[in-house]
Amino acid sequence: MSESVYGLIARFDTPEAVVEATRRAREAGYKKMEAYSPFPIEELTEVLDFKPKIQYLVLIGGILGAITGFALQYYASVIAYPLIIGGRPFNSWPAFIVVEFELTILFAGLAAVFGMLGLNGFPHPYHPVFNAKDFNLVSRDKFFLVIESNDPRFDRDRTRAFLESLHPEEVTEVHP
Amino acid sequence: MAASTDSAEVPVLGPGQTYATVTDRISGVILTKETPRGWWIGFGIAFMVMMLMLFSLTVLFAKGVGVWGLDNTVAWGFAIVNFVWWVGIGHAGTLISAILLLFRQEWRNSINRFAEAMTIFAVANAGLFPIIHTGRPWLAYWLLPYPSMFQLWPQFRSPLLWDVFAISTYVTISLLFWYVGLIPDFATLRDMADNKVVRRIYGVFALGWRGAARHWAQYSRASLLLAALATPLVVSVHSVVSFDFAVSSVPGWHTTFLPPYFVSGAIFSGFAMVLTLAIPIRKYFHMEDFITDRHLENMAKVMLATGLIVFYAYIMEVFFAWYSGNQYEQFMIYNRMTGPYAPYYWSLILANGVIPQLLWFKRVRRTPWILFIIAIIVNIGMWLERFIIVVTSLHREYLPSTWTYYAGTFWDWSLYIGTLGFFFALIFLFLRVLPMINMFEMKELVHHLSHRGKEH
Repeated sequence: MSESVYGLIARFDTPEAVVEATRRAREAGYKKMEAYSPFPIEELTEVLDFKPKIQYLVLIGGILGAITGFALQYYASVIAYPLIIGGRPFNSWPAFIVVEFELTILFAGLAAVFGMLGLNGFPHPYHPVFNAKDFNLVSRDKFFLVIESNDPRFDRDRTRAFLESLHPEEVTEVHP
Repeated sequence: MAASTDSAEVPVLGPGQTYATVTDRISGVILTKETPRGWWIGFGIAFMVMMLMLFSLTVLFAKGVGVWGLDNTVAWGFAIVNFVWWVGIGHAGTLISAILLLFRQEWRNSINRFAEAMTIFAVANAGLFPIIHTGRPWLAYWLLPYPSMFQLWPQFRSPLLWDVFAISTYVTISLLFWYVGLIPDFATLRDMADNKVVRRIYGVFALGWRGAARHWAQYSRASLLLAALATPLVVSVHSVVSFDFAVSSVPGWHTTFLPPYFVSGAIFSGFAMVLTLAIPIRKYFHMEDFITDRHLENMAKVMLATGLIVFYAYIMEVFFAWYSGNQYEQFMIYNRMTGPYAPYYWSLILANGVIPQLLWFKRVRRTPWILFIIAIIVNIGMWLERFIIVVTSLHREYLPSTWTYYAGTFWDWSLYIGTLGFFFALIFLFLRVLPMINMFEMKELVHHLSHRGKEH
């Protein structure tokens, strides 16, 4: 290759078209690809055979929150500052449930937000795909499919011909 | 399907909307150099009223809580009334964004953004009151558990401390939920802005969002999980607020039905506030295609349902006072109905119990200006409800020698009205710089509706 490219990008007008194109690209054996859309499309996730993992992080966050909540209250009320209140035992765990619950939600929620950002690699200010022609329409009303040049089957001319056969509005090169 | 026959009647989205028109219409309000005159007037008034809040706070900090109408008998006055009122208003935002998302109610898509904004601004006001109510707000950090030099730790068996955790968790989760929802819309604004500086600013907040399918997958699941976490959270927050009352032994407060009563009251008042905001906003910004009569009607139905629960609670309050056989409980109710605060009590019954019955009529639910008036009445009624709960129980407690009459002073009222200014100033700023309707969810709605159209 003379001049390096990040990949080839095809622009589509409808969500159905980009889902169909992604399916055909998968069937043609391409592996390194990504579809871009203005709103979430469930079929794309299925076609790309992608399984989000965020739920495990949220579960871990929730468990950590519950443990932290109880440990904090146990330490404060039994070890650090034992004080008899209303004749209750120091470890009066039923009274600790509320704070424990709130911290469970807090930690799980933080895990959901920051886990999502982390798994998606945000913040990510620069990405080659932003160089693509008309890519600013991805957040408005256009749908894109990119086949990356590090795909083993990638060939500038043949991949371009393949993408052209999927009835896109336009196929252009993405420079890194 | 029942839903589709209903939607055939009044759609959740005006006709002829496409992905592009939705985006342009909503982002157009923000990405314009021309700020409408009405915005300046509204923001100006709200901002001046907000100055009243800052002035009242200055007076309070300089002179102490003695400027308020509190005394030894009624130690919980306006501060607690306003706190509960503002937190309650906030709850509708979470309900719309989280619970209706879990139930896949698509009509929520166009109102969830500003309902969430309303939540955050309302909770910001709510958080202010307990802090200033402590009398020495500069020591508010004593509420937090940290290894201090005094070797003291907070008392974890107190509902007041539970409140600290509940409210701070609620603020954090609401803010994050709101921000996560805004990320793809920030990206849209970044991509649509002509001005370089504007593009930079929105670009920073968009974090580099580019709409990749894998990102959307993680994103959608994270949103769903956040909704699932926020749902029990919102119920817990107002339950904990009610524990502040119910765990004490004061007549009228010490009852087991307080948590559900408070939670439904919160949703009731919150939906009233959403309607108070939505009706003028949709008129002024010509958003009738997005916030249709169907939205208003659905919100009115939620108000009717929660209003009935609240009304039921008022009746049960009286029943339990009688049934308990406890003379203090019975006197509390008798004093409420016939004592010095009787006009407040009966206005509250009228505002929250009787007037909302008009919502049974479809004509009323479909007429925005009547809905608007009912919503305002409910807002006032819910404030009165909290006033009645706090004050009538305290001012004539067990010992007649401590009985007193409580009324807000000028500074009580100025601070309360000032927080309204703060709230509306923030709402106006929000309308100008952030998309008031979630753009990507509206496009998702366009997508789903077009599919449904094909099936028919």
